Order: sequence, then structure tokens, then C-alpha cells
Amino acid sequence: MYMSLYITLASVFCMTLSGVPGLFFSRRGMTGQRIAMLLNLLATLLGGAALLMFVSSGSRIQTLTWPWSLPWGRFGVGLDCITALFLMPVLGISIAGSIYAMEYWKQNRHPGNGRKLRLCWGIMNAAMMMVVLARDGVLFLMAWEVMALAAFFLITTEDHDPGVHAAGWIYLIAAHIGIIALVAMVVLMRLTTGSFDLWITLHGSVPSAMAAAMFILALVGFGLKAGIMPLHVWLPGAHANAPSHVSALFSGVMLNIGIYGLLRIGETMTAPPLWWGLTLLILGAGSAVVGVIFAVCQNDYKRLLAYSSVENMGIVCMGLGLALIGRSVNRPDLIVLGLGGALFHVLNHSLFKPLLFMGAGNLLHATHTRKIDSLGGLAAKMPITAILFFTGALAICGLPGLNGFLSEWLIYLGLLRTATVPQGGTLVWISLAAGALAATGALAVAGFVKLTGSVFLGNKRSDQISHAHDPGAAMLLPMGILASGCCAMALFPDVTMPFLARAIHDWAPRATTAGGSIGALAPLLEMAIVNAVLLLAAAAIVSVLWAVRKTRAAVRRPTWSCACARTSSRMQYTGASFSRMLAQMFSWMIPNTHAELPVPRYCPQPMEIVRDVPDVVLDRGLIPCFALTRRLLARLRPLQNKPVNMYLAYMLAILLLLLLALGF
Amino acid sequence: MFENIINPLIHIGLLVAMPPLLPGVINRTKAVFAGRKGPPLLQPYYDIYKLLRKGMVISTTTTWVFQAAPVVTLAATLLAGLLVPFGPFAAPIHFTGDLILFVYLFGLARFFTTSAALDTGSSFEAMGAAREMTFACLSEAAVLLGLLVLVRLSGSVSLTPMLLAPLAHRPEAPVLLAAAGLFIVLLAENSRIPVDDPNTHLELTMIHEVMVLDNSGPLLGLIQYGSAMKLLVLSALVLHLLVPFHAGVPGVDWVLFPVELIAMAGVIGTVESFMARLQMRHVPTLLAAASLLCGFGFVLMVR
Repeated sequence: MYMSLYITLASVFCMTLSGVPGLFFSRRGMTGQRIAMLLNLLATLLGGAALLMFVSSGSRIQTLTWPWSLPWGRFGVGLDCITALFLMPVLGISIAGSIYAMEYWKQNRHPGNGRKLRLCWGIMNAAMMMVVLARDGVLFLMAWEVMALAAFFLITTEDHDPGVHAAGWIYLIAAHIGIIALVAMVVLMRLTTGSFDLWITLHGSVPSAMAAAMFILALVGFGLKAGIMPLHVWLPGAHANAPSHVSALFSGVMLNIGIYGLLRIGETMTAPPLWWGLTLLILGAGSAVVGVIFAVCQNDYKRLLAYSSVENMGIVCMGLGLALIGRSVNRPDLIVLGLGGALFHVLNHSLFKPLLFMGAGNLLHATHTRKIDSLGGLAAKMPITAILFFTGALAICGLPGLNGFLSEWLIYLGLLRTATVPQGGTLVWISLAAGALAATGALAVAGFVKLTGSVFLGNKRSDQISHAHDPGAAMLLPMGILASGCCAMALFPDVTMPFLARAIHDWAPRATTAGGSIGALAPLLEMAIVNAVLLLAAAAIVSVLWAVRKTRAAVRRPTWSCACARTSSRMQYTGASFSRMLAQMFSWMIPNTHAELPVPRYCPQPMEIVRDVPDVVLDRGLIPCFALTRRLLARLRPLQNKPVNMYLAYMLAILLLLLLALGF
Repeated sequence: MFENIINPLIHIGLLVAMPPLLPGVINRTKAVFAGRKGPPLLQPYYDIYKLLRKGMVISTTTTWVFQAAPVVTLAATLLAGLLVPFGPFAAPIHFTGDLILFVYLFGLARFFTTSAALDTGSSFEAMGAAREMTFACLSEAAVLLGLLVLVRLSGSVSLTPMLLAPLAHRPEAPVLLAAAGLFIVLLAENSRIPVDDPNTHLELTMIHEVMVLDNSGPLLGLIQYGSAMKLLVLSALVLHLLVPFHAGVPGVDWVLFPVELIAMAGVIGTVESFMARLQMRHVPTLLAAASLLCGFGFVLMVR
């Protein structure tokens, strides 16, 4: 009966242990890594089989509860379509990353930290699976904490680097603020429902202040994990400093877990107040627009990709907000399009973002630099990486032909439908968010043209990349699979849609019975045909170019350089110059500091220019704030550093105070 | 039944054959205002034909992106042209949500055009690409807000019913505001004065033309043909807002539509004759104004 749930748990078990055998093998041998990869593969196959069984069985939800000896809660897990949908990226990206690491993070090249990395990799994946499976508050919080800690150790893999260290600490603090919020949320749930059972529908009798408090706590806790502006502070540093396959896992899977939580908290109210959805929609739109503006201005390609994750999670939140609004005002079409688009975008983002981060790993592997402006012309040296990266970039920009467009299109359709409400009112204004989404799309194109153009096209900008070349099959294979996944999702949306429809049905049973289905609201077949035409046209163009590459009559000459006899590749437009106009346009938002030394008038000397794009929330908001707090609290320092008898005196004083307070 | 075959065929015929005429008309208009005789109306056809027969010089720096870009751009523009209704006739392809596809197809074209410019490794071309990208970010939001006005007034989310909504349903002010906004976008997206001057010789001040400096022969021909087609497609879109009157007789309407397009080209030529190109730093203000016009139109619809 509960076969698929048992197999899923077996998969979790297998995943947890995947890194353990490696601890007993040599630091310099590859055996441990092979075993870890095979165990991860086994876990993925088990999980995949379980999910297939679950989907084909047609059952709505399977739950299991076992008592345990802890004073609170019990081991309660459940598998429904939403859980299954969030399990898929964990299973897929974990094995893709494991295979990628076989070459990218070889044990014999990284004897110091390879074993730790793989141990935490397995535990992190298992913990994420448990988070989405958990149906008990205590189990959920435990899994969440394990996930947060494992992620910390993954970020700080190269802990000898001070930058990595700082990023790791910022992450750890942010993650624990999130956990505090989630503990409070679970406690409130316990107070209202009387049990630790998670995600059960609250009754109408729950005071609205209580529900509001729960929603806000969930928004902080899950928003921190999903990287919603302004809670994204940990995200760019963590993604940039972790090894690239870990960044791929974070961006493609861990951020989804935050979205999962927001989805579940929305499920707890049959008709949540309108401001829930509006808050999520506005936060999502802000996150999308501001995130992509930050992305455009970055000079570090991994940070650029990280900010692009902030943007994409913003887009998902817009869809989610729309679905919540649909729940509040009882509009099934908004629920179906908003939630369908959000879930579809989550799946799509789990395909193209890991693809891009792995591409970034290839670049880092080949060039040892994260600066966009040190690269250039790599398409000639790394042709396969270039094609795969281009596919990912086109998909993430939401351009027609690939999968990113389909999910953004569903969210657009939902937003535009609010403009057709006959009477005025709040609902009509929501459609203005479509304008924000359009601006986001255009800016994303700018960001990714900057990235791909400066890295892969043009001339090389430094000599250190002369020897760059494509990596081997172990790194290219997972990328190829992810890229073909992007094409397949665009060509055959009908395969994913029934699955999404069931998840939507789980989330809002009333909506789908009221006649709303994705197929009826959005002509996916037409879009799939358009995608097929575009992809076929692209294939035709590429094959024609390939066929005539030898015979073509074109004359090859250097680029026209305005009759300047000797140009150097340093004279090219850099990525920073490409985004300069946009950066200036948004300079009120982004303090783009570049310390230019004054130009000496007569004797030219070697010059240096320092460009830095600080994060406005972290570097201009939080860090100065913390520094100020620290300065103010320093006044209390004389109270510290006293002999032990002083501390005993403090204790006595506090005890007396407490007794006095209780006595009166 | 007969109309279902004939109308799309005429649509495709116009879309394929007519584009180069519009730049010809614009150039002739400008020449008349300047007191010159001007080139023949069909000069753009001759130019494209000449270019298609010529050999090519391709930069050694470039990759496949450079050669694929003009083809992808043309294909995307062609597909976008099939989504816009011409005159009172439904577009050959129309389905719910095609307006998003319409907007994003231009994004696809832009991705490849600007990538090709970066592919040459030349600062000039990259400069043009950066400008094109910056202004497009502003104009894309304006286009979507303009279309939002039409979504609101027609109650549908497909270009054909949106643009062919009956006259009685159209309040004048919002439609005119949206039309003004979209007209500004039309000028900007097709690199016309006051945003860009296609005739200038100073690469430093150009946007679109500077991006294609290194293209030659057939590739340049495709680019010129593609940009003429973009002009036609966006003009056809704006015409629905400015001149929503139709004769009601298919034969007359099919003659009327090309005439309207030519008149539109004349208007663009007139604007070009009477205006100077804006300073580059003022262009964002103009495009922001376009967004605001469309947004204001939407506010008037909701009130």
C-alpha cells in the first residue's frame, strides 16, 4: 500500500550514507568517490522508481507515522504530488552533481576536503528530502537544521580562503535567523491545532492575528531560504564561494525548499486574507526586478548567476502570490495559472540554473578566475561548453523556443487575466506586475548577453586563458543531460502538465473541480509547436553553417577597427562597460563603487582600477548596522572580564531580582 | 473557407514583399522636406538584391553566433509578423497569450543581434549593443503596458481580438495615450530619429547601425531586410490604434492597409525631418515617458 513511501525512505537512507564509506578509503585514491557516486545513483534510481510508482498508482497522499522516544512529536512523513514534485530536482541534481564532481572535485586532487564534501553532500540531499517529506513539526525542524548545517560545511569546503570563511559565516547566521522564525512558526501551529502535525488546514475559528503571525514567521524563515529580497543577503556570497557543483545544488534545489515552505503555508488557509498573496506578489516582483538589476551589474560570473537565482525565485513568488490571491478571491483560473507557472518555473529553474553553474565550473576549471573581464573568446577554445552555456542562457532569459518561456508565459497569462475583471478594484492593479515581469525579462537578456558575450565571444582579454579547453566527459555529460532536459520540457509540456495539474489539485481541490485546468486556460500545444519550429530552425541553421564551414566563399579578415593599425584585445568593450549605462541608470539603487585613481597629467604611470559591486542590503545596510550595534554594546564590556566572584555576584543579584519580581 | 486561405496568403505576401518599401518612402519623404530629389522609392529593394549577390568578408574573431544572428533575427521577426493582424483581418497565427510571444520574439532577436556585435570583439559594435540593450529594457516595459491597455479594453489576451476590438468599446483617451507610447517605442526600436539616426557617419552616436558594422554581403542584406520587416510589423500594430476604421469590404481593406502603412512611413519621415536626434543621455527619459503614457492610459481605463 505504502510501497512508494517506503522506497522513498530507503532512498533517503541510501543518500545519507553515500559519503560514509569514502571515509574509510585512502585520501589519495578515487575508490571512495566512486562508491559515493554509485550510492547516490542508487538513491536516485530508488527515489525515481518510487515517484513513478506513486504517480502511476494515482493515490493522492501516503502518510506514515511512527512514535519515537523524544518528548515531542513523532516520525511522521507523507508523500503527495507537491512533495513528489519537489523531490524530483533533489534526486536529479544530486546525481548530476555527483557525476560532475568525479572530474571537477577529484579526491586525488583534493585530498584535504573531498571526503568531507561528499559526506555533507549526501547528508544535505537526504535532509532536503526529509524536509519535503516531513509531516511532523519536530521532524521537520530537525531535518531543516541538518540541511542548514550540511550546507554550511559545503560552502566552507575551501575554508583556508578568508572570502569563503566570511561567506560561510554570513550564511550560518542567516540560516539560523530563519530557523528561529520557523521554530516560532511550528510552536504557534502547535498552539492553534494542538498537535505537531504539519500543513493541516486551519479552521476559520483561528484568530486572524495568530494566522498572520504564522504567515509572517513563515515568510521570514522560508523567504531567507529562497533568497527573496531583502532576505537574500547570504545568497550571492555562498553561491560564489562554494565549489561549482555545490552552487548548482544550492541554486537548483535548496532555494526550491524555501518555495516549498511558502507553498505549504499558503495551503493552511482555505481562503487566506488578500494581503498574504499581495505581499508575496510585491516581494516577488521586487525580488525579480532588483535581483536582475544586481545581476546585470556583477563582474563575477558566479555572483551574476547567484543574483539571477534571486530574480528567478522572485518570478516563482509572483506566481505563488497570484495563486494565493486566487485562493482569497476564489478565482480558480488565477490559482491554476499562478501555481502552475510557479511550479513549472521551479522545475525549469532546477534544470537551467545547475546547467549554468556547471558551465561556470567548467570556466573556473579551465581559467582559474571568476572575473568576467579577464575572459573572452572562449567559444573557440571550449566549443561544447559554449553551446551548452548558450542553451542555458537562452532558457533562463525566458526566450521562446526553450522551457523558461513556457513557465513565465503561464504567469503572464495569470497576471493579464486580472486586467480583464469587469469592475475596478484591487485585482485590476495586479496586472501591472506584468510590466515588472517584462522589465525583468529584458534585463535578464541584458545580463546574460553581457555574460555569454564577454566570456565566450570576442577576443581573449588576458593570457592566462590561452590554454583553456573543454573538460572531459564526466563534466560535460550531466550538462548535456540538463540542456536536453531544457529542450524536452519546451517541446513536450504535455508530459509535465498532468503532474502539475495533480499538484495544483492537491493544493486547491476546489479550484480544479471548478473547471480550471492548465490546458483549458493556456494553449500549450500551440506554444509547443512554436517551440518546435524555433528549435528546428535553430538546428537547420547550425547544420547549414556546419556543412558549409569549409566550402563557404567568405573571405576571412580581422575585425574592422576604424583604420587603427594595431588594436589589442584590451581595447575591447568589457562586460563592465557593456552594463555601464544600465548601472548608471540604477545608480541610485546600486552603489557601484569603482575607485579610479586620478590620471597623472604628464608622466603616465601604471594605473589600477578597483571595481566592486557591493550588495546594497548586506554591505550598506546590515554590516554597518551590526558594526554600530557592536560599538554601542562595547560600552557594556567593562561588566565582563571580571574575576569569578563578580560573576557569582551577578548571579545572586539576578536571582534576587527574579525573586522580587515573582514575589510581587 | 475561401477567406481562410486567401487572407493568410495575402498577409504573408505583404509581410514578405512590402518591408523594403517603407524605408524607401521614409527616405523619399525626408528628401522632399530637405528640398532634394532623393533616391528612388524602390532603392532599398535594389540594395538588398545587390547585397545578396555579393561576396562576404567575415571577421577572424567571430564564431557561429555571428553568422546565425541575422538568420535568427529575421526568423523571429517573421514569426512576430504572423501574430499581428493586418487591417481588419485576423492574423494567420493567433491563440491565447500570443502577445507575450510577440514581445519575447523581439527579445530573442535582440539576444542574437547584440551577441553577434560582441562576437566581433570591436568596441564600436559592443557600444552599440550596450545601447540597444539599455533602451530595449525600457521599451519592453512600455510595450507591455501599452498592450495591457488593449487587454483591458478588449477583455482578451490575444493580439487579434485585442487589436480588432469594435470601435464602440474604445474610449478615446486611453487608446490615444497607448498609441503615443507605442509610437515612441516604434521609433526607438526601429532606430529612427529622435533616438537614433540611421544615416549618420559617426559610429560613436549610432545604435543599431553600429552593431552591424562588420556584416557584409548576404548577411548585411538579411539584416537590412529584417529591420525593414520589424518596421512594418510594429507599424501595423500601431496603425490599429491610430486608424481603427475599416471599409468592411475585404477587397477595399486589403488595398487600404498597404496605403495606411505607406502613410505611416510618411509620418515617420516627417517626424525625422522636423526633429533632431536627442542626446544619448536623454533617450531613457523619452522611453520612460512612453512607459508612463501607456501606464497612464491603463489608469484611465481602471478608474
